[in-house]
Amino acid sequence: MANLEDRQDARSARNGWLLSTPALVLLALAAVGPLFIMLVYSFLVPGKYGNVEWGFSTDGWTGILFSRDIFDDTVKLADAHLTIFWRSIKLSLLTTIFTFAVGFPTAWFIATRPPRARPFWLFLITIPFWTNLLIRTYAINEVIRIEGLMNTILLKLGLITEPLRIIYTDFAVFIGMTYVYLPLMVLPMFAAIDRFDMRLLEAGYDLYATRWQILRRIILPVVKPGIIAGSILVFVPSLGAYVTPRVLGGGKQMMISNFIELQFGQGRNWPLGAALSMLLLVVVTIALLIYVRYANRETSHG
Amino acid sequence: MPNDAIEARNISKIFGQGEAAVRALDNVSVSISQGEFFTLLGPSGCGKTTLLRMIAGFESPTSGQILLDGADVTELPPNKRPVNTVFQSYALFPHLTVAQNVAFGLQMLGKPRAEVAETTDRMLALVKLDQMAGRKTSQLSGGQQQRVALARALAPAPRVLLLDEPLSALDLKLRKEMQIELKRLQHETGITFIFVTHDQEEALTMSDRIAVMSAGKIQQIGAPRDIYTRPVNRFVAGFIGETNFLAAEAANGRVTLKGGGPTDATVESGRSGAVTVAIRPEQVRIGAPGEGSLPATLRDLVYFGTDTHCYLTLADGSEVVVRLQSPASGDVGLEPGAEVGLSFAPGAAQVLGD
Ligand SMILES: Nc1ncnc2c1ncn2[C@@H]1O[C@H](COP(=O)(O)OP(=O)(O)OP(=O)(O)O)[C@@H](O)[C@H]1O
Ligand SMILES: [Mg+2]
Repeated sequence: MANLEDRQDARSARNGWLLSTPALVLLALAAVGPLFIMLVYSFLVPGKYGNVEWGFSTDGWTGILFSRDIFDDTVKLADAHLTIFWRSIKLSLLTTIFTFAVGFPTAWFIATRPPRARPFWLFLITIPFWTNLLIRTYAINEVIRIEGLMNTILLKLGLITEPLRIIYTDFAVFIGMTYVYLPLMVLPMFAAIDRFDMRLLEAGYDLYATRWQILRRIILPVVKPGIIAGSILVFVPSLGAYVTPRVLGGGKQMMISNFIELQFGQGRNWPLGAALSMLLLVVVTIALLIYVRYANRETSHG
Repeated sequence: MPNDAIEARNISKIFGQGEAAVRALDNVSVSISQGEFFTLLGPSGCGKTTLLRMIAGFESPTSGQILLDGADVTELPPNKRPVNTVFQSYALFPHLTVAQNVAFGLQMLGKPRAEVAETTDRMLALVKLDQMAGRKTSQLSGGQQQRVALARALAPAPRVLLLDEPLSALDLKLRKEMQIELKRLQHETGITFIFVTHDQEEALTMSDRIAVMSAGKIQQIGAPRDIYTRPVNRFVAGFIGETNFLAAEAANGRVTLKGGGPTDATVESGRSGAVTVAIRPEQVRIGAPGEGSLPATLRDLVYFGTDTHCYLTLADGSEVVVRLQSPASGDVGLEPGAEVGLSFAPGAAQVLGD
């Protein structure tokens, strides 16, 4: 009896794998194929007019940090590259921290509404998703540019005499990314706070904790998985942001993605672009691995 | 009295306003002595939790005062009151271990590290959880979680421990064990316990004194024996144990049953007219017709093991339940349809207040 059932189980499992083979092959090719090409390209020699020439070289990878002087062939640290990396990391971290600072009270507010009102608030949070990212970013541009809405109003009101120069600065990119990624922070935190047992607050209050201690010792540790999920969801796309720095940072305040694009366009250095892409991928993967390990540890310990 | 650990003075609480207003507590006054095991007993919605939350500081009274060791604490928030609560849902901190849960209150009080560790160990030993100190609370059984909640609330050595139906989530066997455990803990710590339950048996077996509540009012406060044998009104008599209510007539301090003879129950001499006599089922004797003070007809017999319950009908159609101890043979020697005479054990009949 048991044997028969086992065999049937095994057969249906095998059929399942067989049936999904085409999809799996397609997925493997579509996901791994391009990455493999990128990896190969990062070890080739840049062609004169873009593209690559066949010939092994590690210049793509060393080019991430160092540049070769065209006159005397000396190698030195590429300050411009470092500035771009630093800006990417700084802006991504700032965006993550700020969306958390704004998103946590927001998520708390929504999770403590009566159950019937919650879908409405969640809907408001997700509204920006309904519009194309490019259009939303240009809308922000329209608000903060020199002759934009904000400056016009502030000038008319006499609150400022000179228009505020926000557009095409790091700060503009920061504003844009905060706006774009805020929902990604709020939603997982809402889910975590929604599961939070509010009776723990009374238990803490009863055991002589102040409000601040309740926040720090009870609420934050209990909803930590939601905070980490939200932070990853914001940090990862921030690091790879392309549209926002392009539209709000102008040509100058580049982030990694813009820099990569540059290598495949005007820069005509495909191996460097490929190496940068792989580097970004590795950084993001590490961030995700940390999260997965953390999440697993949380669930296995209860 | 100086040795009152806690006193509630004329507490009223109204939730909501206008049409929707609910009077959860109505002029409640009670004082509880140091070291007492005091129980609030009453049906669902009578205001037990509200009174407890007021003592803990989670609700403020609409009017009235709460005094702790003689000092007015009505305006103090929960984290400033030396009062701890064992919550019905336990409300253990899921991100902390058993030991960290127990240590929490002590840490919040800013006790030195060594003292926190020492007290935590002592508390865990007290509730027999020393082996579990490093576990997460989600890895514990219901009874163990209950013990953690107790240890956590006892650790800061509060003046008063509040327990809101702490045993209601446990199965019967565990419940009996924890009842004994609670009594032991109270004895060993000497802390005043205020215990909420709607289980009358639990209240009777555990308490030094019981306050029976109904509809936001305290109906009677007294030792379990007093409450059981001398209920002041129909509600208390009916809520605690089973009771027969018999119509009677009072005159000149004596009480005569309707359709029957006189009883040994007494009333204040000024009182006369229709009264209600309460008599417990186990205090009634069944005799031959014409014997005793009340004729009745046996309608049904139900064998319960140690007891046999007899259901009888009086001349006016009302019902009386009698509980007889089953004899060795199991047969009480009565047949349904028999005409009998009922008599009461001396002093068992009680005249109820209005
Ligand atoms: N926050 C509140 N808002 C409005 N009404 C309330 C509130 N808390 C309690 N009540 C009402 O006050 C009354 C007493 O409630 P309470 O919780 O004290 O009863 P209880 O005796 O503890 O009942 P149970 O045995 O079911 O726990 C109830 O009618 C309840 O509906
Ligand atoms: Mg209650």
